[in-house]
Order: sequence, then C-alpha cells, then structure tokens
Amino acid sequence: MGILDKEFSQENIVITKFEDLMNWSRLSSLWQVGFGLACCAIEMMATSASHYDFDRFGVIPRPSPRQSDLIIISGTVTLKMALRIKRLYEQMPDPKYVISMGSCSNCGGPYWEHGYHVLKGVDRVVPVDVYVPGCPPRPEALLEGLLKLQEKIRNESLVKKVTA
Amino acid sequence: MKTTEEIFEVLKNRYSEDIIGITNMPPEKIIDVKPDAIFKVSAFLINDPDLDFDNLMILSGLDDANGTKTNQPDGSFEFVGGTLSVVYHIESTKHRHKLVLRVSVPKENPVTESVVKVWACADWHEREAYDMVGVIFNNHPNLIRILMPYDWDAGYPLRKDYKNPEFYQGMKVPY
Repeated sequence: MGILDKEFSQENIVITKFEDLMNWSRLSSLWQVGFGLACCAIEMMATSASHYDFDRFGVIPRPSPRQSDLIIISGTVTLKMALRIKRLYEQMPDPKYVISMGSCSNCGGPYWEHGYHVLKGVDRVVPVDVYVPGCPPRPEALLEGLLKLQEKIRNESLVKKVTA
Repeated sequence: MKTTEEIFEVLKNRYSEDIIGITNMPPEKIIDVKPDAIFKVSAFLINDPDLDFDNLMILSGLDDANGTKTNQPDGSFEFVGGTLSVVYHIESTKHRHKLVLRVSVPKENPVTESVVKVWACADWHEREAYDMVGVIFNNHPNLIRILMPYDWDAGYPLRKDYKNPEFYQGMKVPY
C-alpha cells in the first residue's frame, strides 16, 4: 500500500493525486456567467431555482465573467449577440467551459434556413464542450449536460491536453 | 364614433389633392395618403376634436412586391420598380373609432415623412420599418437600425428579394 502502511498520528489526512484534487475542485464549483438569451434561459433559471437546485452541483450564477468558469449559451444566438458572446467568453479566465443549450445555439434550430439574423450554431464563434439538445431542454436535460461536463473535467490532465 | 367613409369625406374636403382614395380590403378599409402629406394629415387627425386620434396602435412597413420580377441565373430573383408601403393603424380612445392609413413610396426612392412629432411612439416603429424594409422617414430624430446590427450593410431583410450575405464580421451566415 506504499505510504498507507505507515501510521499517522492524526487521522484526518486524505491522500490523492494532485491532478485528481484539482479536477475535483474544478468540477465541484463551476460558477456560471449570469447570462441568458431566450426561452432556454427560462429553463436555465428553473434549473437554478429550488426545485432542481443547480447549487447542489456547485453551480451558482456570477455577475461578472471575470469570476466565472462556465458559460451556458441558453437560447438563440443572433449575429448581433454573437459578437458580445465572443467578448464575454474572452473575458473569462482559464480554465473555462461552454455548454450550448438548446437547438438554436447548437445549430440554429428553427431559424436554420430563413433566419437572416441568427448564427447557425454558437460553435462558430466559441468552442463548445457540451451540447444539450432540446427546444428548450428540460431542466433534467441541462443537469445531464452538466454531469457530462463534470465527467469531462474529471478526466482532464495537467500535463496532457485531453480532447473528447 | 365615425366610420371610415365619414372620416374619408372629412379628409377629402380638407386635403383634396393629398388623399388618393379609399381601398376596401376586408375586414378593413384603407385610406391612401400621399407621402409628403402624411404629417399634416396626421396632425389634423389628432388635433380635430371630432376625430381625436390620440393612439397610434401600430405602424408597419411592408414590401408590396408589385414590381417586375426578374429571375437571376443563380435561381434568385429581383423586383424592379414597385412600391414599399407604410400602414398606420390609429384609434381614438375617446370616440372609440379606428382608422387605417397607408402611404406608398416608390422602391427606388422610398422617402416619406416621420410622424414622431404627432405620435411619439412612432419613433421605434419607424426605425423598425427603416431597418426591415428600408423606408426612409424625413425629420425622424434618430433614424438608425433598431434590430439588425448597426453596421449591417447587406440590405433590408424583409424585402422580398433580399439575399443573405455569405459572411458578417467573419462569421458564416448561411447554414
């Protein structure tokens, strides 16, 4: 057992890999930008509220992108808004993650052909980690997306770029 | 309470040259007004105590698409000539009567007059009509785009022959 076969005078010591500790603390306190776009934002707010309680996963909305780790693109991304989203994303400190919520921000949704004003997928301006399908997705779906993101962060490495 | 025909007679007697006619388009009857007279007609309609149209319910711009349709080799089409219209739905909250006015301007030179000084709420409506179909309102205090980005230079999206640009600020627009 290596180091564990020695006895410690005090019992409250946990031994783990530094990488695992970093990943665990990152995925357990994903602070999101307080930011919503359209009807998906209503579902996102419902997820934050007491019934679904985003806070039990450590997700709390922050009023500033400088204090945030996560941005949930919740709704239709218009061309005018896309420039602002890009700026918000660039203002966030690393490590930062993006959840694309709903059909509109995944691929343009119902505006895919005649929406002269809609960006056909937010991944054209910022890199997206998790896509949540739905129009709009139910809070359970958003929670599932968050769990997927946590899974992704759990497998990250400090020395090696993990892409998945 | 007056009917559209009665108001049309009043307007016709007062501004004979500037009132073009009355169109029956069920369920509404529409009074056509010349573009350069819409401001004084509106000012009369709100100030006259028997008419007292104090509420502009909606101002909408539209592309009549009545020009000559020319097909392009790439499958798209263009309308040459024709008109753009601005439709005013107004109401008197005192006399409980309603009226529809329409101004048509040629597409090549779509200039009409602003009614912001008559109904202040026309401000954003006129900006929207300018943004979507490209009607220009003279004497508007701040005629800039309201929905599309300020630097949008690809035309007016709700015109029937509008073509989306390939890129906007480096972002690909089509699917």
